[in-house]
Amino acid sequence: MKMIEVNNVSMRFNMAKEKHESLKEYFLAAVQGKLQFEEFYALRDVSLTVHKGEFHGIIGLNGSGKSTLLKVISGVFKPTAGNVVVHGSIAPLIELGAGFDMDLTARENIYLNGTVLGLTPKYIDEKFDEIVDFSELREFLDVPLKNYSSGMVARIAFAIATITKPDVLIADEILSVGDFMFQEKCEERMRQLMSGGTTVLLVSHSIGQIERMCDHVTWLEKGRVKMQGEAAEVCAAYKALDPEAAAIQNANSNKRIIEAP
Amino acid sequence: MQMLKAYAKDFWRYRYLLQNLIGRDFKLKYRRSVLGVVWSVLNPLLMNVVMVVVFSTLFDMRGSGIKNFSVYLIIGQLLFNFFNEGTGSAMGSMLSAAPLIKKVYIPKYIFPLERVCFALVNCLFSFIALVIVMLVTGAELHATVLLAFYPLLTLFVFTLGIGLALAAATVFFRDVMHLWGVFTLALNYFSAIFYDPEQMNPLVVGSVELSLSQVIRFNPLYWYITGFRATVLDGTGLTWSMVWICGLCAVIALAVGLFVFRRQQDKFVLHI
Repeated sequence: MKMIEVNNVSMRFNMAKEKHESLKEYFLAAVQGKLQFEEFYALRDVSLTVHKGEFHGIIGLNGSGKSTLLKVISGVFKPTAGNVVVHGSIAPLIELGAGFDMDLTARENIYLNGTVLGLTPKYIDEKFDEIVDFSELREFLDVPLKNYSSGMVARIAFAIATITKPDVLIADEILSVGDFMFQEKCEERMRQLMSGGTTVLLVSHSIGQIERMCDHVTWLEKGRVKMQGEAAEVCAAYKALDPEAAAIQNANSNKRIIEAP
Repeated sequence: MQMLKAYAKDFWRYRYLLQNLIGRDFKLKYRRSVLGVVWSVLNPLLMNVVMVVVFSTLFDMRGSGIKNFSVYLIIGQLLFNFFNEGTGSAMGSMLSAAPLIKKVYIPKYIFPLERVCFALVNCLFSFIALVIVMLVTGAELHATVLLAFYPLLTLFVFTLGIGLALAAATVFFRDVMHLWGVFTLALNYFSAIFYDPEQMNPLVVGSVELSLSQVIRFNPLYWYITGFRATVLDGTGLTWSMVWICGLCAVIALAVGLFVFRRQQDKFVLHI
């Protein structure tokens, strides 16, 4: 069963040379014929299919369009051409804490952020204790977030984002936040989320991680699909770009890895 | 039909978000004020007192000849404030939602809708001030007060439509915000809030003489306010022209607002 279908997606950005944020500037520029846009394709004719239970990795250098692709799939961007179909519930672990209001308390933010992610208040009620216990911040529940440290905010954000087990999980790097003990917990939670038939779409710069965890890999280069196929094959080709650097990174990442279930 | 169903489903999924956003605005508005929500009542009440005093002493004749000027005035103030607050805050809603819609998918109309709903909530609270003024001035309570929901509801739809269009326009041109402030100030004087247009001298434009009571008919707000006054203050109920003009303006505004908003919404995220 197909869970994610991306069909010939292109994403174009108009990079205006100057930004016209007022009418006067805009008209002046239009009259003078200076309204120039540099068209920039962040994605060009990208297709990929992810089946149920599959781990699909996306690799590529900086600026190759990986994050744009994730945003197109999660619905933040609407593609200029092509279309995206996602079957089932989807949890984008792309940026945590969307919609946090620093003036509200942690308790209020849990409900706000939960509903941003499409959860019902009843469901949040049920999971409330689990979220709070996971973040280990029970004593600060009624403190406004602006008085939290950034690590504490990240803990709460991670705890809410990972509370549901979605059909499709989209992750930009394997997330782990907080101090080393909390990171351990995050990784455990990620392992849980990814186990038991969840479909995963993973972007990572850690090529070793992708190789271990993913079944299929798409390699993007300058917005186009450079190569697509079995993980081992694609990763080998990718690493051939600079074998030395890849080997060093792999050695480092082996120190702390997340095993595929 | 299929599309409509998908929309309804999407809205239903995000109804709690709407609720939570309204709740957040409410909490933040009154956080750290001693009287809190009482201000929603006290503020229009005090404003009303100031204006009644000003218009019945400084500008001698404005209040005279109008039955129960205090109630007449506060109805105009409350409804105009709702429109002003609703459109004004909906206008900036997409900009302030930027951190959210850049990260996750949320139907974008939620944000202007939330602002207008919040303005309505405030307006409903401030109706307590209206009740107080009516009690103090010994205004009669008419059965037609039940009909007041109609001008209010249509005004809500009207405000939402304008708010959607403004929110979309502001994403591309921030100038709209400044222009709108001037426009609403003009509108404020042109909505028969503190005068009766029948009593005003005719406007002279060149050689043409226009009576204000004719011209003001082209201002939708005049109809909402007059309709509300007819049901609450005069007890005459709504005339047919009030019914269809209020309804038609609301439908047109909403249609235009939705059209503009829908056409532009996919580009928002690239411009904020």
